[in-house]
Amino acid sequence: MASIKTKIGRRAFIKNTSLASGGLVLGFSILNSCKPKDVEKIAVREMPKEWFEINAYLKIGDNGLVTIQCPNPEFGQGVMTSMPMIVADELDIIWEDVLVEQAPFNAEKYGWQFTGGSQGIRRRWEGLRMAGATARHMLKQAAANAWQVPVGEIETTEGVLAHKTSGKSAGYAEMAAAAAQLEVPEEVTLKEVKNFTIIGHSKKDVETQKIITGKPLFGIDYQYEGALIAMAVHPPAFGLKLKSFDDSNVRSMPGIVDVFQINTLTDDMTRGYFDTNAFTDLVAIVGKSTWEVMNAKKQLQAEWEPITDYNFKMDRFGTEVEVTVPKGLESTDGHYAQMTEMASKPGTVARKDGNPEAVFKNAAKVIERSYSCPFLAHNCMEPMNFFANVTDTDAHLAGPLQAPALAETTLSTRLGLPAEKIDIEMTRMGGGFGRRAYAHYAIEAALISKQAKSPVKLVYTREDDMTFGIYRPSYHATYRAALDENNNLVAFHVKAGGVPETPLFANRFPAGAVDNYLAEQWEINSNITIGAFRAPRSNFMAGVEQAFLDEVAEAADKDPIDFRLELLERAKNNPVGENNDYEPDRLAGVLKLAREKSNWANSAPGAHRGVSAYFCHNSYAAHVLDIVMDGETPKVNNVVCAIDCGIVVNPDAASNMAEGAIIDGVGNAMYGSLTFKDGRTEQTNFDTYKMIRHNEAPKNIEVHFVKNEIDPTGLGEPPFPPVMGALANALYKATGRRHYHQPFLGKKEILG
Amino acid sequence: MATFNLKINGETKEIDVDPSTPMLWVLRDHIKLVGTKYGCGIAQCGACTIHLGDNAVRSCQLPVSAVGEQEITTIEGLSENGDHPVQKAWLEIDVPQCGYCQAGQIMTASALLKRNPHPSDTEIETAMNGNICRCGTYTRIKTAVKTAAES
Repeated sequence: MASIKTKIGRRAFIKNTSLASGGLVLGFSILNSCKPKDVEKIAVREMPKEWFEINAYLKIGDNGLVTIQCPNPEFGQGVMTSMPMIVADELDIIWEDVLVEQAPFNAEKYGWQFTGGSQGIRRRWEGLRMAGATARHMLKQAAANAWQVPVGEIETTEGVLAHKTSGKSAGYAEMAAAAAQLEVPEEVTLKEVKNFTIIGHSKKDVETQKIITGKPLFGIDYQYEGALIAMAVHPPAFGLKLKSFDDSNVRSMPGIVDVFQINTLTDDMTRGYFDTNAFTDLVAIVGKSTWEVMNAKKQLQAEWEPITDYNFKMDRFGTEVEVTVPKGLESTDGHYAQMTEMASKPGTVARKDGNPEAVFKNAAKVIERSYSCPFLAHNCMEPMNFFANVTDTDAHLAGPLQAPALAETTLSTRLGLPAEKIDIEMTRMGGGFGRRAYAHYAIEAALISKQAKSPVKLVYTREDDMTFGIYRPSYHATYRAALDENNNLVAFHVKAGGVPETPLFANRFPAGAVDNYLAEQWEINSNITIGAFRAPRSNFMAGVEQAFLDEVAEAADKDPIDFRLELLERAKNNPVGENNDYEPDRLAGVLKLAREKSNWANSAPGAHRGVSAYFCHNSYAAHVLDIVMDGETPKVNNVVCAIDCGIVVNPDAASNMAEGAIIDGVGNAMYGSLTFKDGRTEQTNFDTYKMIRHNEAPKNIEVHFVKNEIDPTGLGEPPFPPVMGALANALYKATGRRHYHQPFLGKKEILG
Repeated sequence: MATFNLKINGETKEIDVDPSTPMLWVLRDHIKLVGTKYGCGIAQCGACTIHLGDNAVRSCQLPVSAVGEQEITTIEGLSENGDHPVQKAWLEIDVPQCGYCQAGQIMTASALLKRNPHPSDTEIETAMNGNICRCGTYTRIKTAVKTAAES
């Protein structure tokens, strides 16, 4: 790795000007605000008396401890550990000397503080390395100045600066004060991948000790003197809105302080892309304890009325668009009937190569299959919640958000406060999966606090959480494949749509591998709110595409892995079209690795195997999944997973995430389902919404990473979507039956 | 409202609440022990698991009035320094992802090992089946329970 200009991220490294001029004294003045919250973690070592802030990401204590800020919020993906690991490696220190803090929400210092889209490590990779490398350089410069030797002759090893010829050496702590006063270098040299000492070496999660001892970490645990508990009552069905309410029987209930209506989004405002919200008029109940408010909520008398069609303006990342929301009380049966009808008509063409119509007409064999999936609820284990303390002059909020910046504009508009007067504290999240990118519950908490003139913690019940969702949409896809007389795939057609969005990726595999290719899409509008759910759209398309290819391979009398590899060979050597958005070699690479590690040709006795591979979120994943039959019940016995996500920062944590993605995939494919009747979700809690449990999880999971020196891409999402395909294909081997409708063990699938 | 003297993590706590209040909310709201988590409120997810005597129970379904003289242990009181064999195993295997369900998982697992120090895989699955982990750490949980059993 050569030298790198620091200018891209220079803003983040420019020191607080007062600190630069005041040096040590200001080093003291930042002590309070920078004091690590968790002292007990390093009980074995004394805390430093002084910290020297080198840049926004790190400060060095006078005893050699280093505090590193994790800029992005944590929801279980492990960034609190992996991001500081990147900084620490370039800084060249011992991991045991590192303390980690969640950085404050501050876009000026930390840029885009976002958890989602498998983008965390990918987008931070260069910046975090520079944070460590520039600090290391400044320490070297400080030592060079002190020892009157050229900076180029100074070396570092695990937090120690040394000058070989003079024999001088010093710990980072000794040079930190001087380093903190130096200019940030224009250019620094990053480590070569082979010289990494922390990146690529598994480290335990820095918060595990707190998790296993029950420390307050999550938004729902947030404590604030005098804070009241709030809950919000929302319409019982999509397509309904609040007409009126009678709080007379509730106000007198024990512990109840106030009951009032709030309106989260006004009709005239332009909404942000993540302001998704079907229920903007709510009744807030504020009281002294959760149980009292929960009881009052059950007793509130509210009347609801049907919505009419309505429009609102939305700022879609700089472009203002008009969004129409249809009236009506929708049902799952109706959705499937509509989707079947749409699928029978021509869609909007998204990509066409060659002459697919003619080739299908003259094909030796045509295979056509249709697939569908239901809505899904995110069901983060920590229900939505937020703390807010809003006064006339400022607002302090704290809670679980994947992207606090996305809430800022709406908060500012609705509170009538400038953004700089709104402070959002990022707490650890009890899961996210996309759901916590939609901040309506933070807006609600703020408005409730404002009206109640009190600090409040808004808590959703599980029922609120499941029935006021921003769901994974319901999708449908029809695939057709044409084989010639030699069993070559000569045409491929995908037509996909959904309620309310299309899941199509027109330029993904097998686009580019087939001469005649057609991709079409359609959409059915709905008033049910939908949003990002772990690997949006891919979470349907991967599974069904890979299940379909399995059937095509079978019709062509080819091994399913060989069949895919042949297509990938074609896409590599002689690609069709120019916009193919995957690298055939890397997709083939994970298939080959999974084939090797699973010993594909020799499955265990009684095991029925399915394979799948997919590209999404810049990474590649393949699974070989084994099912054994336990009487009539299929059990996932073993999954071998191969992933190419470039350099893996924290391998054991990365494996954990992939294991979780596989279990999540098996769970959602087998059982996940949210259905609607007259606008109401038919599932409201875990007694009716089936989540995968211990005895249904795969018995064993092996995760293998392709070793390369490609900058890290993404990992949270890529291993999830293809699981559904591997499972469908293994189920077919086990039972002789193909599965076309998720959930595989659901009513629709069983009744056909 | 009524006054209750509860034995929690070896200490006696006096609280004044409605007798129907579930222990979950007594712990979280009134005693400020928030390690015990709210997940579903209907004993379906296990996030609120505590020990009542030696038994793992769902605190969201345990009214404070039903506790009486029985000792309550929460995740905060499972060990003095976070070094119960189950906690140590959780650290060794680095089980958690988001971590929200893990206190409940640990409380269920520690109760299991107390009554059955060497459970089979099936016994582990059966005992742990009431605890949902949305992140999907089930395979690691099983490994950690076995690790704790061996220690």
